[in-house]
Amino acid sequence: MKKMLAAASLALSLSASGLAFAEPLKIGMITTLSGGGAGLGIDTRDGFMLAIKNAGNKDITVVTEDDAQKPELAVQIADKMIQSDKVDILTGIVWSNLLMAVAPSAVAQGKFYVSTNAAPAALAGANCNKLYFNAAYQNDNLHEAMGEYANKGYKKMFILAPNYPAGKDSLTGFKRYYKGQLAAEVYTQVGQTDYAAEIAQMRASGADGIFVFLPGGMGIAFMKQFAQSGVKIPVMGPGFSFSQDVLPAIGDAALGAKASGQWAPDFDNAASKKFLADFQKEYNRLPSIYAVQAYDAAQLILAAASKASVKDAAAFGTELKKADIQSPRGKFKFNTNQHPIQDIYLTEVVKNNGVLTNKTVEKIFADHGDAYAKDCKL
Amino acid sequence: MTIALALEQLLNGLQLGVMLFLMAAGLTLIFGVMGLINLAHGSLYMVGAFACATVAAWTGSFWIGLVASLVAAAAAGAIVELVVIRRLYDRDHLDQVLATFALILMFSEGTRWLFGSFPLYLDIPPLLQGAVGLPGGTEYPVYRLAIIAAGALVAFGLYMLISRTRLGMRIRAGESDREMIGALGVDIRTLYTVVFALGAALAGFAGAMVGAIQSVQVGMGEPVLILAFVVIVIGGIGSIKGALLGALLVGVTDTMGRFLLPKLMLLFVPPAQAGMIGGAIASMLIYIVMAVILAVKPRGLFPPAHA
Repeated sequence: MKKMLAAASLALSLSASGLAFAEPLKIGMITTLSGGGAGLGIDTRDGFMLAIKNAGNKDITVVTEDDAQKPELAVQIADKMIQSDKVDILTGIVWSNLLMAVAPSAVAQGKFYVSTNAAPAALAGANCNKLYFNAAYQNDNLHEAMGEYANKGYKKMFILAPNYPAGKDSLTGFKRYYKGQLAAEVYTQVGQTDYAAEIAQMRASGADGIFVFLPGGMGIAFMKQFAQSGVKIPVMGPGFSFSQDVLPAIGDAALGAKASGQWAPDFDNAASKKFLADFQKEYNRLPSIYAVQAYDAAQLILAAASKASVKDAAAFGTELKKADIQSPRGKFKFNTNQHPIQDIYLTEVVKNNGVLTNKTVEKIFADHGDAYAKDCKL
Repeated sequence: MTIALALEQLLNGLQLGVMLFLMAAGLTLIFGVMGLINLAHGSLYMVGAFACATVAAWTGSFWIGLVASLVAAAAAGAIVELVVIRRLYDRDHLDQVLATFALILMFSEGTRWLFGSFPLYLDIPPLLQGAVGLPGGTEYPVYRLAIIAAGALVAFGLYMLISRTRLGMRIRAGESDREMIGALGVDIRTLYTVVFALGAALAGFAGAMVGAIQSVQVGMGEPVLILAFVVIVIGGIGSIKGALLGALLVGVTDTMGRFLLPKLMLLFVPPAQAGMIGGAIASMLIYIVMAVILAVKPRGLFPPAHA
């Protein structure tokens, strides 16, 4: 058995590294490597580079730059990468407001954009583009899954998100599937660090469940403050609220929180186990979902590049759309609007050998697409 | 809406105000005495939080961490004053803004280099965990009450220091006439270093206290710094009393705005938009208040007499 596995993995690695691309491929990665959102960008970069390194192909170069979570900076970097670095593909942006500033103009200049995270509704429907692919999800997806989950046993939900495009997509997605009553729908400032006023409203609202979408430091602050408040209502959220990049800083206050995700470290498939082992070996920490998404984005690009030249946009796009990869998420394919169709799971924060992580509980959606694909004419 | 909820929100506003006061006091003191605009004040807040989180993780005690935050921030402040700030007193405000902005970048990247980009863990000490009952039947986190108490103590301590001690007398003299106290033989250079370190220690203390209920991460100081500037502009730049009242005003206005405006909007628009519009106006509210106050009193509520 062991021998067979070794032979199989050898064959796999040979087939991956042995392929020479038709032409050298240059990828521009713009992501957040400084400021409060840096944890997300670093996982994005590291996940992406892991797949590139595993492929071991010399024809591929990746230039990485930090957008500091600022839209105007992201635009400048994109212009520079397209005009002077002559990249073929852009990728890596974490935040939807930055993506909206960069992706539409990049695809208008004939460059591919493969998103590793941000997936605003505006680019998934009527304004979809044959050069724009999303390897992560559509912004609404994980929130839709929590709305579906909340239908079981929650009658009055208090929902909260930051006031920016992905925050609005979040609550829209939640409400699309949630059938119960809403105790309140609250929008907070992006980057807000004190949630006392909102927690007091939760206490007084009579809600039996709380849904929060607060990525990065916002979620850390909220969960710590919520744990101290004495409010006993169960908290749930999309995977970002309890992702591996924030769990160590939240601490035990996160235990038991329910979330939705397309991947968790306990996934029982060969690709996931390999990814987890490789990532831990390379970076000595557990990967977050941002890392998985970026890893898959790189795998998608590599798979397409081994079949077609990126200079032939039509052929390269067709190959990308085939999504011929082994995703740690398990099943993965592209919808008509080039956003994923995938399974979405319910996860729970648990402590495993002293490390906080997410455990899979059940499948919420099978082969889930998004609500905007029908408006996309590709 | 019940009385209990209103009371809880009022306490939340007070707590935010007290925290802002700790930041604003140092900022306004430094401006009042030395005429210096210090944008790097938020970095000293971050230094306090990181020192507390690191030492608390080593020793297992939040209290030792808290002491470490005071020491680390004061030391960082003193070093920065000796090496950089000292050269800026005679320069234009624009030079000061540029130099202290550069300090923000150095502190941020230095902290990232030392601690990495992922947020650190810092928890509330066991003594202050949990919530207590308030009149009206609601509960309130003990730790937030502790922040209010600590802030009140610091305010009282600062008042005593400035009005009752020799150092305070020199600080007051420095505020009214820098050249004169120099001419009278007071070692003005040491006084400046001490005042700067004191302001830094207050910021570090605020960072450590707040770090336990927020996220200890690079760049955590800048949002607070903006609020602290709003506070001292409202209160009158250079006035400690103004900083206290300005901080409480901003804290209560911000909290009550976030709480009441969405409810108010419900009278005019459907719930989904009420949340969004109310939230958007609430985030502007303190700036609107600042604009109104400046329109009526252009130098803030309590402008120092000499300026």
